[in-house]
Amino acid sequence: MENNVILETKGLSKYFYDPVKFQVLKEIEMRINYGEFVSIVGKSGCGKSTLLYLLSTMDTAYEGQIYIHNELVTGKTDRALALIRNEKIGFVFQFHYLLAEYNVLKNVMLPGMKLGKYSDQELENRAMKHLKTLDMEDQALKMPIQLSGGQKQRVAIARALINDPLIIMGDEPTGNLDKKNSDLVFDIFNRLTQEEKQTLLVVTHDTDFANRTTRIITMEDGKIIS
Amino acid sequence: MNFKLILNIAFHLLQARLKQTIVAAVGVTFSIAMFIALVSFMNGLNDLLDGLMLNRTPHVLLYNEIKPSENQPIFLSKEFKNNTNFIRSIKPKDIGKSIYNSKTIISVLKKDIRVIDVAPKVTSPVFFNSGTIEISGVINGIDVLSEEKLFKISDYIVDGNVTDLLQNNSIIIGKGLSDKMLLSKGDIIKITTSKGNLASLKIVGISEIGIAEIDNVMSYTSLATAQKIVGESTNYITDIQINLYDMASAPAVAKEFRNTFNLDTIDYQTANSQFETGSTVRSIISYAVGVVLLIVAGFGIYNILNMMIYEKMDSIAILKATGFSGNDVQWIFISLSIIIGLAGGLFGLLFGYIFSSIIDIIPFETASLPTVKTYPINYNPLYYGIGITFALFTTTIAGLFPALKASKIDPVEIIRGK
Repeated sequence: MENNVILETKGLSKYFYDPVKFQVLKEIEMRINYGEFVSIVGKSGCGKSTLLYLLSTMDTAYEGQIYIHNELVTGKTDRALALIRNEKIGFVFQFHYLLAEYNVLKNVMLPGMKLGKYSDQELENRAMKHLKTLDMEDQALKMPIQLSGGQKQRVAIARALINDPLIIMGDEPTGNLDKKNSDLVFDIFNRLTQEEKQTLLVVTHDTDFANRTTRIITMEDGKIIS
Repeated sequence: MNFKLILNIAFHLLQARLKQTIVAAVGVTFSIAMFIALVSFMNGLNDLLDGLMLNRTPHVLLYNEIKPSENQPIFLSKEFKNNTNFIRSIKPKDIGKSIYNSKTIISVLKKDIRVIDVAPKVTSPVFFNSGTIEISGVINGIDVLSEEKLFKISDYIVDGNVTDLLQNNSIIIGKGLSDKMLLSKGDIIKITTSKGNLASLKIVGISEIGIAEIDNVMSYTSLATAQKIVGESTNYITDIQINLYDMASAPAVAKEFRNTFNLDTIDYQTANSQFETGSTVRSIISYAVGVVLLIVAGFGIYNILNMMIYEKMDSIAILKATGFSGNDVQWIFISLSIIIGLAGGLFGLLFGYIFSSIIDIIPFETASLPTVKTYPINYNPLYYGIGITFALFTTTIAGLFPALKASKIDPVEIIRGK
């Protein structure tokens, strides 16, 4: 069963030092298995976003260990971590965070171009395929500024998918969307787990959204309580 | 690292801020153009001024100096060998101005591979007679062809032709002399040497160097005519002038020839040290001004890149989140500044060339420089090389600090901060 674990933490603690020393995360032990659709919920300030940033390898100031696909990532260089993010993790943020300088298609292709595994032609085909499943193929050549919030979030999901990541992480991916678009994003996520066995880890305070995922991790005061 | 992708991102960032980018590049263009124009003009002037004096000076001159004998008889005495000898009232020994065995020396020098050419010369003080007035001056007997090859004396002939000196009994006199004695081309001039010999020579040209002291006393004639006037044989040579392919080696070569031929020698650098100093100082000034201009342009680039980083925080964060390392981001910003530097620099070279060409056609007529009609410009490709190197260097340095800052941006802070 070891091989089924995508993400694992051991004794993960995190402190904030400003204005006073404060322990945000306390000895977090968690595991996420292949194909799970996990949501992390909790009150504002309980440390759920902080946990996600640690797991995403972007924040490296912590104690304890993080394993991605049974590989210890704690203590790796900036360059190695960037490669892990590029290859194994897809991101969807609350605010879409598309590059305003590129059109939709290029935005989706960019992480793939960085990875350099596929030729540009191939990447374009893959990007178009993803946009098509998200019902966005007719927007491919528009600039991000011409899209609505829900459309931008779908582009961000397509971008997260381009390198076939082990896990997609979402930080309040529906936090900025109305009910209709939230449902749309949830349906996309759900379809990905059901059909593609895509592993998903989503931080949210939307209980409706969380209740529909396969596993809910509830946090309080820097600890996992269930 | 995928440089194609990094360049692609850099280009897209530039396009988003096209106006500021152009302003930054124009700053570089202006600095480089001014640098090129200034250095070319300054060095053109340097060459002109140096040419006035330096072109007329051989790289190495072989001659006999009037000086006291270094080996006084007392030094030969065994009895006083270990003593310190004081000798009073030494007089210089006249070994004659003629270079002994000059024909052999010239033929040896002509075979030397370091030597461009050898120009023998006979110099003698003379009096130019005009009615009852005697004007003192100098007559130079020159080997017309090699003198022309080494010193381009035809540049200074304002009337007549230097090759006319090949005719017997012809002379070219300085502008100052001709004005004083009211003589012009075609007239006959009477000359008395210090030994009392008289000669009548036909004026075939007037020379003007632009330095009154020289124009008032100088005259040229052929080697054979000069030898005839001073009443000496065809072996009589007072100076041997040598130009070398490598001018910088002149002091060493001068020393070598002094030992080989047992003659006095003086090299170009020693003879013109004060001119060299002037040229060096002028070059330093023009380079300093160019560098200052570039530093100012560098600050402009620094500002614009810094602003761009603040504007593009979100983009940097997203690039980092999707797998670009700090190093990649740093290279994106360094390539931004290199693109600005290269584009600005290349246009700078072009405009620098155009400015130089404009200066080159501005009329500049001065009585002292008869051959110069427009401002002088030195189109040395070296300045263009220095210009583009400076441009790239300063812009890269200016881009380096913002780039380092961008590479250190923590994406979590930005994503969380929203």
